[in-house]
Amino acid sequence: MIARVATIAASATLALVLWQALVTLADLPPFILPGPGRVFETLWKSRALIAHHATITGAEVLLGLALGAILGGFSAIGLAASPMARRLIRPMMVFSQSIPVFALAPILTLWLGYGLWSKVAMALLIIYFPVTSAFFDALMRTPQHWLDLGRIMGANRHRLMWHIRVPAALPGFASGLRLAAVYAPIGAIIGEWVGASKGLGYLMLLANGRAKIDLMFAALIVLAVLTLLLHAGVDRACRKWLDGKAAKHGHA
Amino acid sequence: MRPIPPDLVIEGSARIGDTPIFGPLRLVMPAGRWTCLLGPSGVGKTTLLRLLAGVDDVTDFTGTITASDGLALPGRMALMAQGDLLMPWLDVLGNVTLGARLRGAPRDKERALAMLERVGLADHARKTPDALSGGQRQRVALARTLMEDRPIVLLDEPFSALDARTRAQMQDLSAEHLLGRTVLMVTHDPAEAARLGDAIHILSETGLTDFAPPRGGPPRPVDDTETLAAQGRLLALLRAPA
Repeated sequence: MIARVATIAASATLALVLWQALVTLADLPPFILPGPGRVFETLWKSRALIAHHATITGAEVLLGLALGAILGGFSAIGLAASPMARRLIRPMMVFSQSIPVFALAPILTLWLGYGLWSKVAMALLIIYFPVTSAFFDALMRTPQHWLDLGRIMGANRHRLMWHIRVPAALPGFASGLRLAAVYAPIGAIIGEWVGASKGLGYLMLLANGRAKIDLMFAALIVLAVLTLLLHAGVDRACRKWLDGKAAKHGHA
Repeated sequence: MRPIPPDLVIEGSARIGDTPIFGPLRLVMPAGRWTCLLGPSGVGKTTLLRLLAGVDDVTDFTGTITASDGLALPGRMALMAQGDLLMPWLDVLGNVTLGARLRGAPRDKERALAMLERVGLADHARKTPDALSGGQRQRVALARTLMEDRPIVLLDEPFSALDARTRAQMQDLSAEHLLGRTVLMVTHDPAEAARLGDAIHILSETGLTDFAPPRGGPPRPVDDTETLAAQGRLLALLRAPA
């Protein structure tokens, strides 16, 4: 654990040194690329402002993630349960993936307004497919022997799904959620770029427009740290509740 | 009181599309006896077992599967298959009571504990399967099968993944506890068939061959001369060109 922290610290220090070296050697003015010292100074000075916007973005991301997980989870189960649903819905889902989600952002803003919900919808849209498809694939790969055993024991389709297929597929759901934790902030930020009056994406765009590049970088760093924390949190939760127990299929 | 087990007869042939799987053949599994179906991989042993169990949805079977008492088969069979098929997200007790859970019936914990006691795992009820050894896991699978308490038991190479000593122990334990049920065991191991079969049949590409089992009821001692000789002859038959 200590060794891991030390490695991360060393890596971060190296990145900061390279950053500062680039600024110094190329003699870049602060409105093109400010050095790390200046960025962290701004981060500290504007902490209240950045924290305010970060809270908004954080709420959008968490709501999008929660709704996407719920919706994706039930969609996957529905698709796995019904061959009819698979035939009707899957082509639609695959087709929808050929539309860049970014292109939908203006429409979502039009439909849902400039507030929180257009960003939540954006985050939800961007994670829905990875969550659904990871969980669905796992649901379709239940070991045949388990299904045989369940049927011989007299389980109907409903109970087979609930007591065998779903628990066996939870590790797949977990890998979908891990991806979602990284994608959801992207969705929220795109939503904020297209039209918002709050949030880190809005703040970055605003700072960029006013040549406050140090503020933009400060917001960017906060966004990156939030995303990493979210991913770590989701990963932990997945390990604890989803993939820990079903990980060992060794004898199946 | 458990219902009296019936004879079980499967008669017919199976194919998937245009590919023949086995047959035509006729296999009789006498009531309350242990029938061993021996054969190399890929001759349709497992298909035959899954057809009996009513879980094969892809094979076209032409023929009949009947019980001598004329009653329908679903709900009267239990399965022990390759590996132990324990659900890793349930503890040992949860696995033993899986059948009740899957039928939405109340779980009889006391009976489950009694079954675990019978296979010598009373102290392990709250452990998860990954905390057990291969032999212990297989004993949980046996307890789960006994919990189902069905007159017909289908065994699909259940002990093939175990080491020799544990396998022999499991064979003894299973023979003891499944006594009096109609058992079909599919196996590729001549030693297993020679030890456990009241009736032994070899399934090959050309059909079914009956084999006279050694004297004495199963489980026969591992070092019994006649059993070892039977094992040798079975292996020779398996190796003979079809």
